[in-house]
Amino acid sequence: MNNETIQRDRPWLMRTYSGHSSARASNELYRTNLSRGQTGLSVAFDLPTQTGYDSDHPLARGEVGKVGVPIDHIGDMETLFDEIPLGEMNTSMTINATAPWLLALYVAVAERQGVDPVSLQGTTQNDVLKEYLSRGTYIFPPSPSVRLTTDLILYTVEHIPKWNPTNICSYHLQEAGATPTQELAYALSSAIAILDAVRDSGQVSADRFHDVVGRISFFVNAGIRFVEETCKMRAFVQLWDELAGERYGVEDPKKRRFRYGVQVNSLGLTESQPENNVQRIVLEMLAVTLSKNARARAIQLPAWNEALGLPRPWDQQWALRMQQVLALETDILEYGDLLDGSPVIEAKVTDMIASARQEMLEIDSRGGMVACIESGYVKRELVESHTRRMLGIESGELPIVGVNCFKESAQSPLTAGDESGILHVDSTVESEQIASLKAFRTNRSEINVADALKALRAAAKHGENIMPPSIACAKAGVTTGEWSEELRQIFGEYRAPTGVDINRAQQGSSEALELTRARVQRTGEELGRPLRLLIGKPGLDGHSNGAEQIAVKGRDAGFEIVYEGIRLTPAQIARAAQEEGVHLIGLSVLSGSHLELVEAIHLELTAIGASHIPIVIGGIIPEDDAKLLVKKGLKAVFTPKDSDMNDIMDRMVDIIRETNGLEPDV
Amino acid sequence: MPSLSADSRRGVEELAASVQRGERSALAEALNLLDDRRDSARERSAKLVHLLQGNALDLGAHIIGMTGPPGVGKSSLGACLISEWRRRGMTVGVLAVDPSSPLSGGALLGDRLRLHSNSDDRGVFFRSLSSRGHYGGLSAEVWPMCQVMASAFDVVMIETVGVGQREIDISRMCDTTCFVAQPGSGDSIQSLKAGILEVPHILVVNKSDMGAIATRTASELAGALTSEHPDGAWRVPILSTSATQGKGISELADCLKVHFQNLLQNKLLKHRRRGYQAHWIVSRLREEFGSHGVERLGGEAAIAEQIQSETPDLYSQYDALRRQLTGCDTTNKS
Repeated sequence: MNNETIQRDRPWLMRTYSGHSSARASNELYRTNLSRGQTGLSVAFDLPTQTGYDSDHPLARGEVGKVGVPIDHIGDMETLFDEIPLGEMNTSMTINATAPWLLALYVAVAERQGVDPVSLQGTTQNDVLKEYLSRGTYIFPPSPSVRLTTDLILYTVEHIPKWNPTNICSYHLQEAGATPTQELAYALSSAIAILDAVRDSGQVSADRFHDVVGRISFFVNAGIRFVEETCKMRAFVQLWDELAGERYGVEDPKKRRFRYGVQVNSLGLTESQPENNVQRIVLEMLAVTLSKNARARAIQLPAWNEALGLPRPWDQQWALRMQQVLALETDILEYGDLLDGSPVIEAKVTDMIASARQEMLEIDSRGGMVACIESGYVKRELVESHTRRMLGIESGELPIVGVNCFKESAQSPLTAGDESGILHVDSTVESEQIASLKAFRTNRSEINVADALKALRAAAKHGENIMPPSIACAKAGVTTGEWSEELRQIFGEYRAPTGVDINRAQQGSSEALELTRARVQRTGEELGRPLRLLIGKPGLDGHSNGAEQIAVKGRDAGFEIVYEGIRLTPAQIARAAQEEGVHLIGLSVLSGSHLELVEAIHLELTAIGASHIPIVIGGIIPEDDAKLLVKKGLKAVFTPKDSDMNDIMDRMVDIIRETNGLEPDV
Repeated sequence: MPSLSADSRRGVEELAASVQRGERSALAEALNLLDDRRDSARERSAKLVHLLQGNALDLGAHIIGMTGPPGVGKSSLGACLISEWRRRGMTVGVLAVDPSSPLSGGALLGDRLRLHSNSDDRGVFFRSLSSRGHYGGLSAEVWPMCQVMASAFDVVMIETVGVGQREIDISRMCDTTCFVAQPGSGDSIQSLKAGILEVPHILVVNKSDMGAIATRTASELAGALTSEHPDGAWRVPILSTSATQGKGISELADCLKVHFQNLLQNKLLKHRRRGYQAHWIVSRLREEFGSHGVERLGGEAAIAEQIQSETPDLYSQYDALRRQLTGCDTTNKS
């Protein structure tokens, strides 16, 4: 017995979601990560790239290279993968609205490297549906978006067979507040919407269609309640197997297998006592590895300091080491499924499946996932769940160590030092990127570009697959902004429902809320009219959960709230504030471009004679920047540390009183 | 500590002149003033409306009401109309009314209409209002605000979800009321038949891209209509639009214009607006003094007749009537 060699399963793919500043800097980071044992790449693109703008577009100001790498054209893509042989790499790209374009660039670079695209392996996230619900990097309306998604799927199944063309995401749904049931139901309903569209496109034979089902993969989230999360994964496996078999008639069990990658929960990471995030991340990783039959294919872990700002290479290395320790040092890969046969797990899974099925029927009865996104149904459900979670944190029912309990802490050596424990993106990044983009444009053949764009337009209009002309565009030197603009002209742009118009928000009226409400009302009376608050999300950042929760809480506290959703320009925000006669502007910025955006809004307000309106900001804002913002005239800076939303409301009332020359009332 | 007032507090004359010139900051300030319920603001409000209303009530902008059940695409349709009017060189003021929470008094405004429109366009001004616990109806500020906007723009559009009292209120403020119906929903038809829905001047079936179901709804609405609008020889047209595809918009804009010209040609506009003003005044008197108070002034019809015969001046007329009641009796509610 003892001499028998132990059979170990192959470890999952280990990645770190990364990319910043420039293609050159990100390439260096990737090569370092690979040399340290990372087995795949996970590319983070900056917001202009994700939303289809060139780095020199006015909307890109302040966003270039912030949350990921800027890719304007094939030259950038080539630099990004310099000395990384694409034929041997497994690359995951978190890209959605512009997924066909980034894949086209990837294919074009592979060909330049002499690699046959047939051999390429990797994943394009390519799930625009969830972008309307969370994250917000959509461009076009749902219907053309689904068409672009299916075009990419159909193309890869034919030409890049080992590629995962879409990663249906429940990850961001959890971040937007989804319960496990909602995650299951909404992700699977999205998959149904996409697969039905592929099937009905008429571009694929029944046989090939089964390959398509087999290539669908998922991207999930694992929260801190790791037992429940494990059960969720087992429910996913079972439901997907059934769905593939029953709805789509897939017989081959391999093609019915629920394949998924994971990024564990960034939502639950805290800014206070951030070292605690390490144990959170490790426990969450257990949720997606413990059960062999429901184990993740690829894992990427957040860094411990993500709620503080951008992680440094060392922070990312630490995240990678956590995976390596679990996979290599522990015996987790030596056993069969540990949970099979457990009556407790079995009961929980059965329960989750039943409630997920019920919610899926609800979606179906409302016309399917796309209709439920357009009508705002799903978004409202999510906002409501998130509101319930926030109330739980507020009341202490949902304990978060270091946030609403055990708040006392010794000074952490981890966040000491000049750089405060985060990465600072060089401010010259944007101008350098713009200069190199301009140089690229002067060195290409305008005739080739025009021809390539013409072919793209024709394909988009006539329902032909978008991939071949996109690859031709990539080779001709078309830019990200040009590719997107061409399609914007044809498909139009879209704004998704904000979902903040939920009816049942007043549940959990607390004493603190009552007090705030009385102050809001009294101050409104003193100033002659109800207090008005504009919640603005400037820039390209689509992480709107915080803004939405403030909007809901604000209404419950008695404010009249003007909230118009994501991606507003500074001019739009300034104008809305003036036209609506608001008493305060509350901005929400999570992309790191707060300094540039606040400056721009200041200028706009001054230009229209509305600079008297006070401004506060909330988001992931490093302490030094917060000080700078206050110095520039902002009345308050709220960060994830400010988890008590009643307190935030109160401070806003204070600011309104002070700005309008009223005496303090408490 | 700087003690800045939220508004610059220019003199009322200057404010009125700036509003008439279409200055946005002045317009914002004027609307804030009309919203201000402090006694100290009341005199300034009255003076502002006096300065702006003058003959404007009889002549000013085309005031259009857009109403209909939730989810019919009123906002998208409104945005399409705004673009169409802008193409025709007209300026547009928008008042959007959203419901407020009965419990907290708070409200979510952020109507999506603005977002559909070009935000860099200086020819459009957008203000939202909450219904502020007004039993589902439109709050008292809407009419005076509408008057101020009418002095600065070519078109004023009031948009609200048409349910119950709000729908009735809007029809008593607007020259042209446009009801937007949902294809396939029988609700509008039932309401029309039952007389619950005030007969609008124009019926629109939006989402014509839904095809047969939209066509059927249009013909059902046609069947439910008793052909003519009660207040004049106006045959209520039923139009089909698709806001998402931009279809039928120019026809709708034409139709709105024809209705307005019809009012002007038949000399109905002046009478109607003065009637609305009278209705507003009577409603305020009723709120403060009850039906009893209104009766003591001779009843609604008599008050309306008196108001219609005078030069329009909203607050002066209102205050004069109020003084008659408070002068002889200080009891408030009946």
